[in-house]
Amino acid sequence: MSVGTPAGAAAGAGAALGIEERFGPYGGRFVPEVLIAALDQLTSAWGEAREDVDFADELARLLGDFVGRPTPLYRAERLSERVGRRVYLKREDLAHTGAHKINNAVGQALLAKRMGKRRVIAETGAGQHGVAAATACALLGLECVVYMGTEDMRRQAPNVERMRLLGADVAPVEVGARTLKEAVSAAIRDWVTNVASAHYVIGSAVGPAPYPALVRDLQRVIGDEAREQALALEGALPGRVIACVGGGSNAIGTFTAFIGDPEVELIGVEAGGEGLDSGRHGASLVAGSTGVLHGALSAVLADEEGQILEAHSVSAGLDYPGVGPEHAYLRDTGRARYEAVPDAEALQAFRELTRLEGIIPALEPAHAIAWLLSEARSARDASAPGRGAEEGDGFDVLTLSGRGDKDLAEVVARLGDG
Amino acid sequence: MADRIAAAFAAARAQGCAALMPYMMGGFPDHETSLAIADAYADAGADLVELGIPYSDPLADGPVIHAAATRALAAGATLDSALTICERLASRVPVVAMTYANMALARGPERFARALADAGAAGAIVPDLPPEEGGDVAAALRAAGLALVPLVAPTTDPERRARLCAAAEGFVYLVSDTRTTGEREALPSGLADLVEATRAESPVPVAVGFGIGTPEQVAAVGAIADGVIVGSRLVRAVDEAGGRDAATAAVAGFIGEARQAIAAAGRAVQ
Repeated sequence: MSVGTPAGAAAGAGAALGIEERFGPYGGRFVPEVLIAALDQLTSAWGEAREDVDFADELARLLGDFVGRPTPLYRAERLSERVGRRVYLKREDLAHTGAHKINNAVGQALLAKRMGKRRVIAETGAGQHGVAAATACALLGLECVVYMGTEDMRRQAPNVERMRLLGADVAPVEVGARTLKEAVSAAIRDWVTNVASAHYVIGSAVGPAPYPALVRDLQRVIGDEAREQALALEGALPGRVIACVGGGSNAIGTFTAFIGDPEVELIGVEAGGEGLDSGRHGASLVAGSTGVLHGALSAVLADEEGQILEAHSVSAGLDYPGVGPEHAYLRDTGRARYEAVPDAEALQAFRELTRLEGIIPALEPAHAIAWLLSEARSARDASAPGRGAEEGDGFDVLTLSGRGDKDLAEVVARLGDG
Repeated sequence: MADRIAAAFAAARAQGCAALMPYMMGGFPDHETSLAIADAYADAGADLVELGIPYSDPLADGPVIHAAATRALAAGATLDSALTICERLASRVPVVAMTYANMALARGPERFARALADAGAAGAIVPDLPPEEGGDVAAALRAAGLALVPLVAPTTDPERRARLCAAAEGFVYLVSDTRTTGEREALPSGLADLVEATRAESPVPVAVGFGIGTPEQVAAVGAIADGVIVGSRLVRAVDEAGGRDAATAAVAGFIGEARQAIAAAGRAVQ
């Protein structure tokens, strides 16, 4: 999308502050005019906050004492044995509220307070971001409304209760498939309406600029810690860094620290749903097209007319027909590669990790675990039996983005309790 | 074709009135009914028609228009089927097609612009395509003789508003307040000042939309602006009518009343 009109001269306010508005051709601000001023304000506020020592200190204090960072980089012995390669899990499931979402929520809630906005709007799919936003708002004394599709409210009932306990207003969204896409749209509409008094805390590295850069900046703590921890534990960088991708915030937060290390392979794992051929999946990067969703040009699931399609995934957090624009750029440049894993394999991996390591993963990172297990099987099949093909060829870091308590009902219903 | 927009505003002005621009959702509740509604708009005296091309994720629209888009799509509406409504109306009143960026990008800017031009559209409104993102689409529309109508909001800062107005083609679509489309109890305070400031900066007419749903509101806006856009009120009327004849009667009745109200109120500005 070229800058082709006189008004285009206004573009680049974020660029001047070092906050990317575009990633190659992707990103931008495809939003109603009403929101432009608020996005400009947010860009300036983040540009200033990033440089402010007091803000950095306050955020660091909260990430340490409240969130519990740094999270461990845990060597998963039995999983390593199973896949024939050393695997470290970046334990975001051990962060307060049980997922990486809290890193972004605390940062943006602090930013909202700094901007003088007393009301926070959030959307949620799996409920993890909603819980994180409700938690951050309770901590900082902000009003919080969380939009959530009623299908997700059904799938993630415990998180609905947690949000309400934390004092948030959970607003049910009844339109469309009643999942994350519609929740984001409802949140944006609320923001359009109340733009002067409210801040929209988007939950992933999606949306109009500056959100993809803002959320990445707040989530990059995952990869920054993991890189340092890997160097301390192994004296080397990992061969592969693996994370699941829905909107892509835990993945971009993990990848960012390693993008400048060309020897580190970056692998994002999307939701293959019922299979890519079925058309019922959430794999925008692997099987989607280029288009606009929620204010950014990126990879989307859309038909030939540009109508956005419904995503399908056993995991509410990956049930989204778009993805952050930086991932589309990393895909095109070849710096990262993206794979899709179907529901059935993710469910098996959920159970396998639970029994191998005593860690119940969320269904989202269970997709990443499933990819790892499936890669190991293919590698074994391709080599002598009984020997891991890549043993000794370095090690992997996999971001375990959240814990699976929220998914128990769904998993038990699908797998049985055996 | 963009000249037809200017002519329609000028004709209304010559009669001492603001132009009335009712909105309809193409293909809602079904294609045949929406063709009949289009005829009713023209018969009842619409000066221009804003034709919604249904889109799955209309971020600027409130629940009434979103639901109408969802139903039109479920009934099989496409860009091309919606444009047959434009073809039918274009010989009678100028049509401004309203849709979202993804539909223009999916078709490709040139093919999108050609499809609109072939259907006789005079302009396009793409609310999620601000000028920073709209270069290719704007250029393609301009090359096809169509205006890409800019939106200006109460939150648009004055310096940006001046730039948007200076570059405007067709007319400026002034969003009355910061909400999505939909009916309101009352017009926002400060609207008169906002209209006045925008008109002072715009070389083309300024039409006001969002939240105008009664003949009284139409008259109040018509007194201060160059055009009045009525959307959700009419879409709701179609929804509630529950049949083609009742729907056309309802929209024709409202447009007739709105026209009378505009004429009776006259204009407080030149």
